[in-house]
Amino acid sequence: MSTATRSLPRTIGAHAILLTYTAIALFPVILVIMNSFKSRAGIFSEPLTPPTPKTFDLIGYTTVIGQGDFFHYFQNSLVVTVGSLFFVLLFGAMAAFALSEYRFRGNTLMGLYLALGIMIPIRLATVAILQLMVASGLVNTLTALILVYTAQGLPLAVFILSEFMKQVSDDLKNAGRIDGLSEYTIFFRLVLPLVRPSMATVAVFTMIPIWNDLWFPLILAPSEETKTVTLGAQLFLGQFVTNWNAILAALSLAILPVLILYVIFSRQLIRGITSGAVK
Amino acid sequence: MKTKLLTALLLGTSILGTAGVAYAEDVTLNIESWRGDDLSIWKDKLIPAFEAKNPGIKVVFAPSAPTEYDAALGAKLAAGSAGDLITCRPFDKSLELFKKGNLADLSSLPGMENFSPVAKSAWQTDDGKSSFCVPMASVIHGFIYNKDAFDKLGIKVPETRDEFFAALDKIKADGTYIPMAMGTKDLWEAATMGYQNIGPNYWKGEDGRAALIKGEQKLTDKDWVAPYEELAKWKPYLGDGFEAQTYPDSQNLFTLGRAAIYPAGSWEIGLFNTQAQFKMGAFPPPVEKAGDTCYISDHTDIGMGLNAASKHADAAKTFLSWVASADFATIYANALPGFFSLNSAPVKMADPLAQEFVSWRGKCKSTIRSTYQILSRGTPNLENETWVESANVINGTDTPEAAAKKLQTGLDSWYHPAK
Amino acid sequence: MAADIRPKRPFRWHIAIFLAPAVLVYTAIMILPLAGTLQLSLFRNIDQHQVFVGLGNFRTLFGDPNWSVNFWNALRNNVWFFIIHMLVQNPIGVLLAALLSSPKLRFSAFYRTAIFVPTILSFVIVGFAWKLILSPLWGVAPHLLDFVGLKSLFTPWLGKEQYALTALSLVSVWQFIGIPMMLIYAALLSIPDEVIEAAECDGITGMSQFWKIKLPLILPSIGIISILTFVGNFNAFDLIYTAQGALAGPNYSTDILGTFLYRAFFGFQLQVGDPNMGATIATIMFLIILGGVCVYLFLIQTRLRRYQF
Repeated sequence: MSTATRSLPRTIGAHAILLTYTAIALFPVILVIMNSFKSRAGIFSEPLTPPTPKTFDLIGYTTVIGQGDFFHYFQNSLVVTVGSLFFVLLFGAMAAFALSEYRFRGNTLMGLYLALGIMIPIRLATVAILQLMVASGLVNTLTALILVYTAQGLPLAVFILSEFMKQVSDDLKNAGRIDGLSEYTIFFRLVLPLVRPSMATVAVFTMIPIWNDLWFPLILAPSEETKTVTLGAQLFLGQFVTNWNAILAALSLAILPVLILYVIFSRQLIRGITSGAVK
Repeated sequence: MKTKLLTALLLGTSILGTAGVAYAEDVTLNIESWRGDDLSIWKDKLIPAFEAKNPGIKVVFAPSAPTEYDAALGAKLAAGSAGDLITCRPFDKSLELFKKGNLADLSSLPGMENFSPVAKSAWQTDDGKSSFCVPMASVIHGFIYNKDAFDKLGIKVPETRDEFFAALDKIKADGTYIPMAMGTKDLWEAATMGYQNIGPNYWKGEDGRAALIKGEQKLTDKDWVAPYEELAKWKPYLGDGFEAQTYPDSQNLFTLGRAAIYPAGSWEIGLFNTQAQFKMGAFPPPVEKAGDTCYISDHTDIGMGLNAASKHADAAKTFLSWVASADFATIYANALPGFFSLNSAPVKMADPLAQEFVSWRGKCKSTIRSTYQILSRGTPNLENETWVESANVINGTDTPEAAAKKLQTGLDSWYHPAK
Repeated sequence: MAADIRPKRPFRWHIAIFLAPAVLVYTAIMILPLAGTLQLSLFRNIDQHQVFVGLGNFRTLFGDPNWSVNFWNALRNNVWFFIIHMLVQNPIGVLLAALLSSPKLRFSAFYRTAIFVPTILSFVIVGFAWKLILSPLWGVAPHLLDFVGLKSLFTPWLGKEQYALTALSLVSVWQFIGIPMMLIYAALLSIPDEVIEAAECDGITGMSQFWKIKLPLILPSIGIISILTFVGNFNAFDLIYTAQGALAGPNYSTDILGTFLYRAFFGFQLQVGDPNMGATIATIMFLIILGGVCVYLFLIQTRLRRYQF
């Protein structure tokens, strides 16, 4: 890009806007984490000041740690999220490829059918899903959650991915066909790498509602062994609703793992996006 | 056929999952509850006491959050994955479960004779023939006050409404304390701590409640509008921004010593004892003139029933008989001051504040919340609408008359008592 | 559109294989259970038996003021909720993405990560954190306004009928702005440099370059985020539920279709759930969203020019 378009005021302006918005985005999170390290009196009298030696207090954390096995909950959440994510991405990309690549009778109809799922909250099917899981003995297993989240995540994944797959050059695919590659090889070797940025985006969008879901863990896997971190946090909030120390500590603890996970993922995400942008 | 196929399919994938509850030789009973707060009491006191006497039966207390409890329980019952023992909400919610066949009939359970008809009434069919939950506790409404604040300002405990408002005026004029800690954001606070708290004195407790059910009185009658008129007068005594003040906010406001009076339910006692750094007292809802009969809301709030689909019905019944015993009542009432046993055997309580609340049973007439029995069976739901309108009246967005009229119109649309 | 002109073959198995896993899982776990629920809208529970009533429940929903008043109120609120997202979330999202995508911007990785943080938080956390911030008791919001000398502007927003819904919509915007930002960002990055260079040769730079060159190129992505916002907003439930409760106070002023549906389907407090009416509301919601998606698929998407790079 030529330097003519990058004058100093513009750069400052861009940074000003981005900084302001960053502050807005992070303020509530910082507020929660900051106050979680303070005593009850400190939280109420000076909410906006960071903890000082006078107000510093870990009472919230000791309450939380004594309450439940949050590390175990965290493992459960991780297994469920990663498992569902894998199936959503694999199955979703395959279906999206079929829909965007081939013309066949019922293509549009199939696309619409697969998109139906984003229009009705799956929560409504709770009783039927639970019956299914009871019948197959999957209640209180993480498998039940993975299955539900895979089904729940597929529609959006197919919807977004097929949009992006339409942008993959036909010449490339046809060249592959001329070289005698099978359709599967074309999909896995040629197309998948090209849609990596959109896969990363879909991954993040799919991951968030799964990680944060409260409902299905509560219904399908509420046992102590299968509790997810969000369910654990919610139960905790219900129990300590007036104990702001404990609440803020629990919120901070619930924020932290996702934050770390996201920072790790975000590198992949951006790498995916930028590598895809290399033409 | 289709389901079978699916089932087979799912079974195939179940290898991935972790094992469910391990079934040893012992029978394990699961308790469904919304009382997450009581988790440690069950774990450390109640369950060990039971297990010591009944080897071979293990009990697990598995609460879910109060807001999700009913929906989650309904789904689990429908699908057959609910626990063996079900904590019962009073009246129609549980009656509905009984009618659907989810709760077992407990009329002949050993121990049920320990309860008076009034105590059992919240978990019976309309004809009173079948009982389906063991009554556990009731809660009493009133006002908790900051004794230090009252002493400092030289206020004596109000008995009449005039004294009550005089006290509020005095606190407000002094300015150190917010006169009353209550918010309208969560709606139910306004209805339960407000309307149902002071109302019985106006509608004369059970008399008014029964007349309303029979259709002899209407919510637009003077006795039913008057509590709203009093609530509307509370507004100036509430804290800044009370419209967005949540229930925990109110609790914190009071226990941090920033407010002088807290319209309360007796269940607060346990928490307040641990959080407040000042002396507390309690008084029942003030009456109009000194010497008037006083009425209190002594609401049957919590019971326990048996999941009709339980595989361990016998063990569960053993447990329920124990819940009906004086033994349980003593541990429960003392571990949870403010949840008053419904057992006919008198229970000795150590907590002074709890004693104060329960002493009102001697001098006032008891009633239950007006909206709970029968009147909340239809759409619109009277209890839910009462939440909304109570908040509206305090917020000043509805006049008492308008609120009463809305409630009565809603009730009229589906409730037609035999004339 | 991908051209696929090949001689007719008997049956292309690979298509079926590509589609099968997704279609199977999705049909078994989602569509069949949902269909089972939605068909309840044609029945009514009379003495514990499901009796077929045709469209009777729909007549109740629209004809009985006990239902219809609440329904229209929820729909109106939902439309407002959507309008705020379209007017605030998406333009700001595009703006942030445009700023971030300018090459040589320093700290862009930091901004990107930070701005996306709210999106990864659960509703439990978002609802609770904002309730605390806006709480008159804790006083963070009044304090902050005091810093900029606007303390008089503070009101208990979440408790006032006229402000609560707008306040919550903005919280929702705060939470989800990362999604349009990321999607647009990805779209802007995939614009080939040659296109930009060609534009610069023609003297199209700066703002006009954005409007004339980049914007038309990212229109399909803007289409996607609009329809995602639409679907997301009309299915929204959790934020209102965690912040205001199932009764969506004050005075139902924050009631949207999701909370209305929840109360009807699962019940609330003494209100016993009515799966039949719940299914009826769900069916209507489904039709509204389906209508919106069809408008997008058949009217908008087919007219957007798509560019293959």
